Amino acid sequence: MATGVQRATQLTVADLKGKVDPDWCPGCGDFGVLAAIQKALVELQIPNHNVVAISGIGCSSNLPGFINTYGMHTLHGRALAVATGLKLANHELTVLVTGGDGDGFGIGGNHFVHTMRRNVDLLYIVMDNQIYGLTTGQTSPTSRIGMKTKSMPFGNIEAPVNPISLALAAGATFVARGFSGDQKHLTELIKQGIEHKGFSFLDVFSPCVTYNHDNTYQWYRPRVKKLEDDSAYDASDWPMAMEKSLLWGEEIPIGRFFERTDVPSLHAAEPVLNEGPLVRLDPRVPADAARGFIEELM
Amino acid sequence: MKQTFAVAIGGAAGQGVATPGDIFAKIFSRRGLSLNAYNAYQSIIRGGHTLLTIRTGPEPVTNMGDRIDLLIPLNQDTMDRHLKLLRSGAACIFNADTIKPGEAADGVQLCPLPVSELADITRNKVAQNTLAMGAGLHMMGVGFAPLEEALREQFRKKGEAVVAENVGVARAGYDYAAAHFTSFPNPLPKTEKRYAVLSGNIAMAMGGAAAGVKFYCAYPMSPSTGVLHWMAAHARKAGIMVRQVEDEIGVINMAIGAAHAGVRSMCATSGGGFALMSEGLGMSAMIETPVVVINCQRAGPSTGVPTKTEQGDLWQMLGAAFGDYPRAIVAPLDIADCFKVIPEMFNLVDRFQCPGLVLCDLLLSEGRLGVDPKDMDFSPAINRGELILPLDGKEANGNGASAGVATNGGYKRYKFTESGISPRAVPGVPGHTHTVATDEHMEDGVLISDEFTNPIKRRAMMEKRMRKVTGIEAAVPLPTLWEPREADVTLIGWGSTKGVIEEACDILNEEGISANQLQIRWLVPLHGEAILELLKNARHTIIVENNYSGQFARYLRSETSFVPDGNIRKYDGEPFMPHHIVEAVKEQLAGKTHLSVPMHEIMV
Repeated sequence: MATGVQRATQLTVADLKGKVDPDWCPGCGDFGVLAAIQKALVELQIPNHNVVAISGIGCSSNLPGFINTYGMHTLHGRALAVATGLKLANHELTVLVTGGDGDGFGIGGNHFVHTMRRNVDLLYIVMDNQIYGLTTGQTSPTSRIGMKTKSMPFGNIEAPVNPISLALAAGATFVARGFSGDQKHLTELIKQGIEHKGFSFLDVFSPCVTYNHDNTYQWYRPRVKKLEDDSAYDASDWPMAMEKSLLWGEEIPIGRFFERTDVPSLHAAEPVLNEGPLVRLDPRVPADAARGFIEELM
Repeated sequence: MKQTFAVAIGGAAGQGVATPGDIFAKIFSRRGLSLNAYNAYQSIIRGGHTLLTIRTGPEPVTNMGDRIDLLIPLNQDTMDRHLKLLRSGAACIFNADTIKPGEAADGVQLCPLPVSELADITRNKVAQNTLAMGAGLHMMGVGFAPLEEALREQFRKKGEAVVAENVGVARAGYDYAAAHFTSFPNPLPKTEKRYAVLSGNIAMAMGGAAAGVKFYCAYPMSPSTGVLHWMAAHARKAGIMVRQVEDEIGVINMAIGAAHAGVRSMCATSGGGFALMSEGLGMSAMIETPVVVINCQRAGPSTGVPTKTEQGDLWQMLGAAFGDYPRAIVAPLDIADCFKVIPEMFNLVDRFQCPGLVLCDLLLSEGRLGVDPKDMDFSPAINRGELILPLDGKEANGNGASAGVATNGGYKRYKFTESGISPRAVPGVPGHTHTVATDEHMEDGVLISDEFTNPIKRRAMMEKRMRKVTGIEAAVPLPTLWEPREADVTLIGWGSTKGVIEEACDILNEEGISANQLQIRWLVPLHGEAILELLKNARHTIIVENNYSGQFARYLRSETSFVPDGNIRKYDGEPFMPHHIVEAVKEQLAGKTHLSVPMHEIMV
């Protein structure tokens, strides 16, 4: 993604503090994601007026209210569609889309797939807690088989979606997974995702301490293994990434699964944007073009 | 009576009805004649039955009319369906090798063409069409040169051999008619006027370009797809980002995203797609980011009749999205108006920061009209309202918006104002960072929906948004009653029925029944008081609309308590013809009924 122009005064984490404090439950994984986003923006020194955080609906989708950038708290499942339009109208902006697993893989599943194949230049962070939190604890598209929730009290019998494999199959050009319990690693992935020129998908294990008693910090901590620690792992190797994405259980990989930089992002592929961002253009159609439009009908 | 001439070409889809239609339209409009074309077709790529009617004349032609002067059936089915519609003075040109004429009314001239004798049908699959065009134009008193010119343009890309072949076939038909058929008594007139021929969809797309639309997206859906096609084909010349999206939910959200970045953004669909967009409209209203959505109505409910027209979506538009919010709804009156209405709507929604809905229908979207190029103004006034854009002052920008200046952090996106309009800064402007939310919020954008709801704040913000309605009402012109001032009957219509009601009034006036017309263009705001004032002395009022339940009649009653003396409704998928209205008015004035549902005589 475009990193914007360096500004004279240093951007600090304090500058990025939102108008209100997060209303998440104490211990919620989303605190760690918010902090990592703020740290990444400070490290990259992107002026906050050039950043737009866009979310759908859900606990994690409240995030744009807690960070001092431009923000859009849109409709359930629709953040990626809104973000695509916004990015195409002003591609100088750094666009972060934040939301949950229900928002992104359930109601927003269609937009998720299509935004990836379009390679829209934005970073999509899913705070994946494998549960619906704001609606007080129902099964989500990433809930594991057997998990008991209020909507499936006898245990989930539907196979979960694998967001990493899905992203790889749909053509995402940057695919990573983080863990809210590992700030430093997560911040690094967010920076990479912002700097990647194209669609960056970052699935983050962000435990729900209120409704998901299966996938807790304690459950994740011994299981997550960083791909960066495996010297044989090659993130440019798509089949290798796909194979790794299928691992689940005693060992769950986190880190950058895949990145390719040879595919132009959507805005870079569109000649209409050669003159600069649409928002800066004169809205008038040139007179000779207008005459031509009418003449072809005569 | 206006002097008009209507030619109807019918056949199966894939038989080449469109090309002769285009060529006739070109020749008529280049003679300085007004024209209106309506294509009755079906949702099939090959087969079925299509009937294209092109009506032309020296004065403005606004609808398909009541009479076919020349029928060109390309297959037996078309002959069987429509020959009986022809009245004395009309003619029918057909391929004598393959089509048998039926019983024609007295005074109808049957014109059989020996196609295989006149052309090499093994080489030229559409020889009968080209021969018929040549023959027809001779009978209309049009010289051969305009046809040759049109054929050259049509086939230029296919090479000189194809051009020569088609010109030769056309000439054979022209000469054959000269030798064997009786020409129409009045040759087609000529005027010095010049017309562009376009559909309502093209008009709305061009109107968007003229309005400064920089972002257009859509999912293909009949009968709105023509807007997408024009936008896509002209995107690069007009500097418009055009995207085809995965579904209409994505469309409206993408359009709002682009609008939120500060550009004018538009999308079009039909009723089914519009239904999917409704939640997005609520977002546009709540975050106060303006967007323009076109709904090209087709016959519903559900998939309905995708290729047929109706005015059946009014209540869907009125009720789209939950909750109360300011909106504007306009129904263009004709194809030229489809162009004009778009810049008007953008100025309105930019000023009042709310969604604007354009309620078109298949009749206008896919119909074609000769429009005076002067009526397509590519330099309309652009008023972007209180908008703060991320400009650095160097841009040659006709936006009429101000560049962002730094504030001391005190910017309130939803500042309470008397008008309800709050200055709108878009992302990228320094010193104005804020988050917009579909949740209820305070002046600074902070939510009041979740942690601390607050009835006083909620009421204040609701009233701020709804205050904009007063401004919208004042910004939109009042409806007018068209002449004569005093009349035996007042016909009330909305949107696309303007032309046909106008012609029905002309006929009634000629027949000694004085009739006038109130045609509603702005549906929201409706200006109910003004409508009551216009109608207070009306002797007999009849609402004419293209739906079953009288959607406009019910809306007018709900807003004003006004109940008309009668209704004329049609919901068979086909548009009104003037005589449908004339006959219905007569039976209602005679006290026979209060509700007329005219029968469509043309089987299409």
